[in-house]
Amino acid sequence: MDDLYRDEILEHYRHPHNFGTLTEPDVVQEGSNPLCGDRITLMLGIGEDGVIDEVAFTGRGCAISQASASMLTDEIKGKPLADLTSLSRQDILDNLGIEISPARLKCAMLSLETLRKGVGDRVAWPTLPEAQDVPA
Amino acid sequence: MTTPVPVGEVAAPSVPRLDPVAIRADFPIFERDFGGRRLAYLDSAATALKPRVVIDAVDGYNSRYSANVHRGIYTIGEEATAAYEGARTAVARFINAADRHEIVFVRNATEAINLVAYTWGRQHIHSGDTIVLTELEHHSNLVPWQLLAHERDADLEFVPIDDQGRLLQATYEALLRTKPRLVAFTHVSNGLGTINPVREMVEAAHAAGALVLVDGAQAVPHLPVDVQALGCDFYVFSGHKTLGPTGSGALWARRELLESMPPFMAGGEMIREVHLRRTEFNDVPWKFEAGTPDIAAAIGLGAAVEYLEGIGMAAVREHERELVAYALDLLPQEVPNLHLYGPLSPDERGGVVTFNLPAVHAHDVATLLDREAIAVRAGHHCTQPLHERLGEAATARASFNVYSDHEDVERLASALARVQRIFDRPTGGAA
Repeated sequence: MDDLYRDEILEHYRHPHNFGTLTEPDVVQEGSNPLCGDRITLMLGIGEDGVIDEVAFTGRGCAISQASASMLTDEIKGKPLADLTSLSRQDILDNLGIEISPARLKCAMLSLETLRKGVGDRVAWPTLPEAQDVPA
Repeated sequence: MTTPVPVGEVAAPSVPRLDPVAIRADFPIFERDFGGRRLAYLDSAATALKPRVVIDAVDGYNSRYSANVHRGIYTIGEEATAAYEGARTAVARFINAADRHEIVFVRNATEAINLVAYTWGRQHIHSGDTIVLTELEHHSNLVPWQLLAHERDADLEFVPIDDQGRLLQATYEALLRTKPRLVAFTHVSNGLGTINPVREMVEAAHAAGALVLVDGAQAVPHLPVDVQALGCDFYVFSGHKTLGPTGSGALWARRELLESMPPFMAGGEMIREVHLRRTEFNDVPWKFEAGTPDIAAAIGLGAAVEYLEGIGMAAVREHERELVAYALDLLPQEVPNLHLYGPLSPDERGGVVTFNLPAVHAHDVATLLDREAIAVRAGHHCTQPLHERLGEAATARASFNVYSDHEDVERLASALARVQRIFDRPTGGAA
């Protein structure tokens, strides 16, 4: 069972990056996964040039959901909002770098779904299928 | 008068022991290979595995006499009706109903509770009335009453639990003084395993003028249930947790109570005479079985309860009590920081062990156990209010059945120790 939760995931889970809150966020979005009880609150600070200057999250949940959020916040910091549209589910899975069973996809995708909701009125996202519809 | 057993001596077993290894031979799923391992199925509280006799009963109906019931004036129609009604008789005997007409076939315990809420509930619950529930309830014995209470502007009150997950009987008695119309509670908690003192609680409720619905979803599969001895008014359970097929379950209620209730679903089967503007309803229980029922599932449930009768429910209960005692002893030895929830005494507890590892989410635990072919439930187990009370978003739960044994508990214990080591290992700032 040892190879599933590789060191990098455990490290993000124990010491999540960008963990905390912003004092004057431009975007505050909560997301939750009612089946598991995973939840995160994502905060973004967006500059006048449309670049994500600051990012922070708080949350509680499984290692997959929390490591995924930690990695995603690393990835989007400093990026223009416009670049977010290229973020896909596959990017999240590539970040995690482990085999995610269909039942755990919702955990892995919680941070991306929360980000999409939070900036939905600022970014023209391509439509994604529901997470549970993604084939194994 | 009973003779006290001297300290240090073991009382003669009054209940025959069951042999889980021999029982596993009756369940085809154990022939399946899971990466070189036998499945350690520890999620029977969610649904039970199916023995060959149940699979054969369902298959026999579908392949040899798959006619509708109560209709066909031909051989296979009469065979289907006889098997379906035979299953009703078997279920009535299994829970010691006084009358087979008191058994209504439904899809599951959830449907049975909804049936009562929508029929008896709408008939009797009015503005300002109170329904008493408990903090232990599965969502299926909570949400239907919330809907009814909202519709009727009625009140819900809840019996709280102590730190071992046992109902606070003093608070229950105080709530009964508010003269509730209905008390609804679980016989055995699916979240913690707590076995509630049903008979005493029913007596107190009746003395206060309330009717009582008991959710037996976690009791009927695991211990002897005698609805007449319990004295309640409604008793519900699911067939699929009782080694039967999904889509089967039963509502029991005293006959005169069923007869006084309006129908739930309307259509064929539930009628005696239909005219364009009025209908005379069928007798109970068929008044509550509109449309073609899940005939195969009901027949399968009949086979399941007969299989359990063959083992003996006293033996099932003793087997699971002993397994819980073993798990409550072994798990903390192998996994010292394990957090266990629920009653400490196996005598007060069904075959359920709910736990958390420190700093490891229950879903991660379940994912890693699955890699060793150990199936446990992780989440809130459809008891979110109970988990709020416990202060946990999620827990992991191992639950037993007739096919579970010490080896399952030992595999769980050693795998949990490995999960703890994986999450405790130094990662040296790799990220």
